[in-house]
Amino acid sequence: MADQSRQSRGQISIRNVTKIYDPEGVNVMAVDNCSLEIAAGEVCMIVGPSGCGKTTLLNAIAGFHSITEGEIYMDGELLCGPIKPKAEQGADRMVVFQHGALFPWKTLAENVAYGPMVQGVMSKAKALDKAGHMLAEAGIGDMAKKYPGEVSSGMARRAEIVRALINDPKVLLLDEPYRAMDALTKSIMHESLLEVYDRTKVTIFFITHDLEEAIFLGDRVVVMTTRPAKTKVILDVNIPRPRGYQVLSSNQFRVLVEDAKDAVHEEAVKAFEAGERELA
Amino acid sequence: MSETTQNATSPHGSHASGDTKPRKKSKLEKAITSKTFWRGVVALAGFVVCWEILSSIKEWTGYDMPIFAHIPPPSEVISAWSEIFWFPGYWESWYLSTGRVFSGFIIAMLLGIPFGLCLAVNRYFYDIFFPPFEILRPIPPLAWVPASIVFWPTTEMSITFVTFLGAFYTIVINVLGGARSIDIRYLRAAQSMGATQWHLFSKIILPGTLPSIFTGAAVGMGITWEVVLAGEMISGGGQQGGGGLGFFIWSSFMGGTVAQVIVGMISIGIAGYLSSSLIRYIGSIAMPWRRLF
Repeated sequence: MADQSRQSRGQISIRNVTKIYDPEGVNVMAVDNCSLEIAAGEVCMIVGPSGCGKTTLLNAIAGFHSITEGEIYMDGELLCGPIKPKAEQGADRMVVFQHGALFPWKTLAENVAYGPMVQGVMSKAKALDKAGHMLAEAGIGDMAKKYPGEVSSGMARRAEIVRALINDPKVLLLDEPYRAMDALTKSIMHESLLEVYDRTKVTIFFITHDLEEAIFLGDRVVVMTTRPAKTKVILDVNIPRPRGYQVLSSNQFRVLVEDAKDAVHEEAVKAFEAGERELA
Repeated sequence: MSETTQNATSPHGSHASGDTKPRKKSKLEKAITSKTFWRGVVALAGFVVCWEILSSIKEWTGYDMPIFAHIPPPSEVISAWSEIFWFPGYWESWYLSTGRVFSGFIIAMLLGIPFGLCLAVNRYFYDIFFPPFEILRPIPPLAWVPASIVFWPTTEMSITFVTFLGAFYTIVINVLGGARSIDIRYLRAAQSMGATQWHLFSKIILPGTLPSIFTGAAVGMGITWEVVLAGEMISGGGQQGGGGLGFFIWSSFMGGTVAQVIVGMISIGIAGYLSSSLIRYIGSIAMPWRRLF
């Protein structure tokens, strides 16, 4: 697709965002004064301990939840801020969910065609046709007429990314999409995501626990502190693209993983101790 | 007895499957040649044999077996059935009960599904209508019989009304629970993709609730059969709105034989089974994604 237009869209600016959950008067600060600039066309990987508030940030960008303080901009336009605590949901920011959220009652092709159809930009026949093409491009064309329950989790996740891409989003928001997959499937998923990225240069906001995944895929790896979340360290990954699997055994990769491990381990220990305290 | 049936048909079964080997077996063929089917057949046959033996012990040995000595053996039931089988009145009972069950059931579906969905999606609607619904729900449908005879002009209408109540509550509760348990990620995904409120309702909430709707329908169907029978026994076979399988059992009890009573009971079992099979069949057509496994 047109790279130039791509480069100028999908820039996310998170400025001093704070989120306080208030279930029955118990204030829980999920995100504390967090700032992060994500360039257009960047693959930004977010890592941090479980329950640290990464998903809260993603939900704020997607418009699922409000924020308490701060602002989030996309391409210079305010998504949410003091005057508008909750962003509007829109097809310019597509989410791929943790355990997958393909509609089980629709075939893969119908799932992919859903967006253009409800937006009224394509007729049903045309949308299904395009969905078929895009699924074929992703290597799962012969699964187009199957229901999500009939295909493997890897194929379902690939279809879900296709379902997001057909809407031509500015940003892809991925919330641990490859969690609980075996290493082999995961590596195939990574290759296919990188292939998609190299083709579309869409901005990617990717939450994960897996450091190797983060470094293999990302331009930058943002390590978050334990709750309340803010950025702890940002690692630049200067491994040239397109990246193949040889990267995993390179020295540069190993060094980056070690760096990230130290930062994350520290936070994981803190999170664990905080958890122990909460339980006690 | 069971063994001979199995032996007699199994070579036929293997022959048929050998014939169509390159092609897929038809559904019926698959069902009939499956082990599950034959286990069911053997179990039923075994049940009938045990019943025959237990009921006949008194005749054979003179020992007065508790309970079973008073139950006619299946052979007697079958002969009673073969007599009744040719009476138009027996089939009219089927017809009347089935008509009542289905009219009550269909009205319950038509009102219960939208009502349950409204409860699930609209907070105000829920706040207003759920409390009275919850107070009325524990009242057994049969407790409505006297009142509904007073409310409705004909006995027929009051039986249908009571039948309707039997299915209505179950359907509403299932629809409400089903619609509420739809994964929020589906709604979020759809909204992100630009779904309007109507799309959310028709393309996400409705198909997402279908499994619960059919569960509610299957349970509700069972309840309508229970209720219609009791309703018919109570209302009797008077000048208007009589008959039905419930009345058939009652009148057999009053003036016929115990074997006839059992014929009536088994008829209800069959009718109920056919009704729930119908619902399962419609469910599998309406929800092709659930047919996968």
